[in-house]
Amino acid sequence: MSTPLTLAEKVWNDHLVVKGENGSPDLLYIDLHLVHEVTSPQAFDGLRLAGRPVRRPDLTIATEDHNTPTWDIDKPIADITSRTQIHALRSNAEEFGIRIHSLGDIEQGIVHVVGPQLGLTMPGITVVCGDSHTSTHGAFGALAMGIGTSEVEHVLATQTLPLKPFKTMAINVEGTLRPGVTAKDIILAVIAKIGTGGGQGYVLEYRGSAIRALSMEARMTICNMSIEAGARAGMVAPDQITFDYLKGRPHAPEGADWDAAVAFWKTLPTDEGATFDAEVNLDANTLDPFVTWGTNPGQGVSLLDVVPNPVDIADPNERAAAERALEYMDLTPGTKLKDIRVDTVFLGSCTNSRIEDLRAAAEIIKGRTKADGVRMMVVPGSARVRLQAEAEGLDKVFKDFGAEWRFAGCSMCLGMNPDQLAPGERAASTSNRNFEGRQGKGSRTHLVSPLVAAATAIRGTLSSPADVEEGN
Amino acid sequence: MEKFETYTGIGVPLRRSNVDTDQIIPAVYLKRITKTGFEDALFAAWRNDPDFVLNQPAYASGSVLFAGPDFGTGSSREHAVWALRDYGFQAVFSSKFADIFRGNSGKQGLVTGIVSDEDIERIWQALEANPGTSATVNLVEKTVSVGDIRVDFEIDEYTRWRLLEGLDDIGLTLRDEKSITDFEAKRESWRPKTLPAKGA
Ligand code: SF4
Repeated sequence: MSTPLTLAEKVWNDHLVVKGENGSPDLLYIDLHLVHEVTSPQAFDGLRLAGRPVRRPDLTIATEDHNTPTWDIDKPIADITSRTQIHALRSNAEEFGIRIHSLGDIEQGIVHVVGPQLGLTMPGITVVCGDSHTSTHGAFGALAMGIGTSEVEHVLATQTLPLKPFKTMAINVEGTLRPGVTAKDIILAVIAKIGTGGGQGYVLEYRGSAIRALSMEARMTICNMSIEAGARAGMVAPDQITFDYLKGRPHAPEGADWDAAVAFWKTLPTDEGATFDAEVNLDANTLDPFVTWGTNPGQGVSLLDVVPNPVDIADPNERAAAERALEYMDLTPGTKLKDIRVDTVFLGSCTNSRIEDLRAAAEIIKGRTKADGVRMMVVPGSARVRLQAEAEGLDKVFKDFGAEWRFAGCSMCLGMNPDQLAPGERAASTSNRNFEGRQGKGSRTHLVSPLVAAATAIRGTLSSPADVEEGN
Repeated sequence: MEKFETYTGIGVPLRRSNVDTDQIIPAVYLKRITKTGFEDALFAAWRNDPDFVLNQPAYASGSVLFAGPDFGTGSSREHAVWALRDYGFQAVFSSKFADIFRGNSGKQGLVTGIVSDEDIERIWQALEANPGTSATVNLVEKTVSVGDIRVDFEIDEYTRWRLLEGLDDIGLTLRDEKSITDFEAKRESWRPKTLPAKGA
């Protein structure tokens, strides 16, 4: 019998074009290359400079997301840098024959929402994009990695990437989540446990009964944030839930291709007896909703807890980081998380802007009123998600509640467009990064699940759905 | 990338040490979306000074740079190499380069040769005695000559090989093009294809 292998190793081996020798990297074939406006202009320019074509336009797709406005999308983009980047993408796509979904197009949206939605992201493939949250696509059992601009050029020209081998880490999540606890809470708890550097050099594989029970949307939420633990990629083994999600999507295989694909996909899960370089265990049964209190995604605690006191942190670097974070966040140790008042609630980003996320939030706010002085922004991950939500009447639920119903894009996740927090403003955000200034200069971000976001918009302070049930 | 064997162009004496990448190209120029057209950004701050060497007509179209020690330190920006290349520089000589800068240069076809401080000083004097004198770089023999001065330079063998072969990272990979094509021939038909577009 051959050596038992992990999911990640199988996908890697299946894409080896040239095996590296004497410490040189392996050359890996790339099945799908996703492109957006921020990290691609210089890559295309490099091609032009060298007189090189895009090798496989048919494995490449572009969408506009980072800079796009979520209001008045029919008007010219005011910010010059944003407009220039978007126009550059459009003309590059035209020149090099690449499919593009521009603002206003029915398939436009955040690159990591668009790929899965079109059925382009599938098990056992390699996916890259000049964006760190490419790890999202690992939810399908794909090996999906963020790359830099010179690598984008390399993939455009050769459809391959020289890569150094990785280590593997199993994240075992066993048990059943309690009501009100979601995939977002799992990943925030994992990052709090292993730290923002804990995954460095690893491909994470999320395993266990709690993961198996999750929908594809929820698995994407988890894989999305693998990068926040420093990992190269995150993966979930494909199963019936994966196949059911894919079946019938525009680019999913059909007929005999579908059968061949499923037969192959079923061989992908990690073999019995395969070893991981590291393992981490998390008990799903006891997990609470998780929120961050600091300025990196690893600085999170249970929502039932209090803001930690840096003096209790043993590691001197982490203690200093916590002190700085609390000062930036304007928080006092010992404050109950649930007493923290927010100005804005942001429901969106490639972590939590899929239809399931919008449904879950709408379910909670339906028939309730928004807290005074709280602004809520709902930004669907794609134009399709927006349409679907409107077909289900969710837009009306959000609007009746007093939330802003926006067009698709990255929006306040990184504030490259006008959707930003004012200095000192505090947000409960379903996105993935709470770095200083991420959502606008001086912005303060608490990362939360869509359920916590919705409950927080009702009560005005960080809250769980249970708090809302109890009638405040 | 062009193959580099020998090259002759006007030598420029840059009598400065610790030329960091912020001096080579200030941060304000990093907002651009192109990989070319950075010639105006090269040494932008220094070029405001009328006495700066590149502002002197004899050196204005220079293409072989002789600088003091510790050239290319500081931020890892690739733009520093782009700016030198766009201005027309084909080679830079110094007694010491920052590692990242050297790595980036090799990838973009810019020769970075290591020459002793004494030799740099001799070349500076020769160039200043006769502004506009050309320098000849011979990468095959690893020598650089200015007038009747001819000195050996050092360059790591791997970078030299890449430059002689004219291989950037992509060129290097494309040496394995046959393997890529063979791999593609075996690619199963169920794997994703973005074209023709479906769903729109
Ligand atoms: S939504 Fe945020 S994290 Fe996701 S791709 Fe856009 S900017 Fe990046």
